[in-house]
Amino acid sequence: MSSVGVLLLKIVIALGWFLILALLLTWVERKQSAVMQDRIGANRAKIFGLRMFGLFQPFADAIKMMFKEDFVPAFGDKVLHTLAPFISFFFVAVTVAVIPFGPAVRIGGEDVALQVYDGSAGLLFLLAMLSLGVYGILLSGWSSRNRWGLIGGMRGAAQLISYEIALGLSLIGLIMIYPSLRLSEIVAAQGGLLFGFLPRWGIFLQPLGFLVFFVAAIAETKRVPFDLPEGESEIIGFCAEYGGLKWGLFMLTDFMEIIVVSAVATTLFFGGWQVPWLAADGLRWPWGGHWPMASWVVVLIQVAAFQVKVAFFCWLQILLRWTYPRIRYDQLMDLGWKLLIPLGLLNVLATGLIASL
Amino acid sequence: MKNAWTLLWALVKGAWITARHFFSNLWFHALRLIGIKKFRPGAVTIQYPEVKRVLPSRYRAAHRLMARPDGKPRCVACLLCATVCPSECIVVEAAEDPDPEVQKTAARFEIDLTRCCFCGFCVEACPEDAIRMDTGKIDLAARTRAQLTLTLAELLAGKRDGSI
Repeated sequence: MSSVGVLLLKIVIALGWFLILALLLTWVERKQSAVMQDRIGANRAKIFGLRMFGLFQPFADAIKMMFKEDFVPAFGDKVLHTLAPFISFFFVAVTVAVIPFGPAVRIGGEDVALQVYDGSAGLLFLLAMLSLGVYGILLSGWSSRNRWGLIGGMRGAAQLISYEIALGLSLIGLIMIYPSLRLSEIVAAQGGLLFGFLPRWGIFLQPLGFLVFFVAAIAETKRVPFDLPEGESEIIGFCAEYGGLKWGLFMLTDFMEIIVVSAVATTLFFGGWQVPWLAADGLRWPWGGHWPMASWVVVLIQVAAFQVKVAFFCWLQILLRWTYPRIRYDQLMDLGWKLLIPLGLLNVLATGLIASL
Repeated sequence: MKNAWTLLWALVKGAWITARHFFSNLWFHALRLIGIKKFRPGAVTIQYPEVKRVLPSRYRAAHRLMARPDGKPRCVACLLCATVCPSECIVVEAAEDPDPEVQKTAARFEIDLTRCCFCGFCVEACPEDAIRMDTGKIDLAARTRAQLTLTLAELLAGKRDGSI
């Protein structure tokens, strides 16, 4: 197989994984919130009498949205209004390219990385794409010619730019201790052991960095504790003038952002596809035992471990979304500028001090 | 600083409560799924069209008219119900009854459910215990307004809800 064919295949698989997981998350969000609140949740969508716990709900939603009117408000900017959801969607969708799903595998005498694009500045690429997503929010608010939409878009721009700084600062400590910005090398660097038993994951090296990163990243997804751009109970926000599939694209983007945040948190702070004490030739216990395993079993376990970690973070984010009430706009700005950014700077300082000792 | 820790602790506690609900409910859902039903259900939801809530015994639902043993309505068209009705949704037209003990009966008895506020005054006012609200019928949606006007025959055909 040519390398272009392999690349195309990897793109299709990664994007398919991304979109299917996002679709699934819309169901998970409904069911999880329902279970948390002692309810049952969406369970009526059925195909041929088969209910499957409402797993067909995303398809029912999609069909509903397809048959809605494709609406552009009068005096709105038709081009930008149509373009905005696609911009949002695109910049989130490309981020999956740099996520390493597993270690490189040998297929037919060729090393194939389970990663679409292993750029030398993968981390910067990721941050850049996540920041560019704000254009979709801003343009959608602007082009709607709706004051609530505009307020939502402006709030979104202010919030995302503020938290971008905290997000970047929280990762600087990580960049200082890892050898590279290449995500595959960052994951590989987390394979060793700390003090002989603790996996050398980012969370153990950078606990404060993780806290700042996670809060800032949740704010970047602009979901409920930080959903000021949308603010469905006060202003309807940037998607006020959207309906049908365009709105659905914004919604899907939200869920894809959850997955990206989970995948990035996993990759940077929780060892990516690394499993504690699992080396390429089997389990090596810290007390000296060794369970040998075939290499394909190890790869399978590691790919599964990545999925489990991503699933856990998706679960955690949905849990937080359905637990906390929205914070006020000035509180949001206070949290970002007065708490997270100083904490991020402190983290950089502490990392520098410890690393130079 | 103390404030920040209190805040953080409150956040953790909140997430712990919802996570606890999530896991305990999921556990009971799973138990029900595999058929162990002696535990409590995982949700308080009543799945309405299939499962209906047991109404309290004095619940005021749609009306019905009581009949005499011979099938004629007990109503003597005294108009007390129509008089007391705050929504003015009851229309009664009197007619002569051949039985000298009864003298009057209702030729037409209509209740407009679109106007009824289900206060139950008509039931209280009735001296003959002819009108009751114990059918337990609460799903009163209809496609036309006319369907929501209960006529004499419909009222007489009403049955007491078995669950009470």
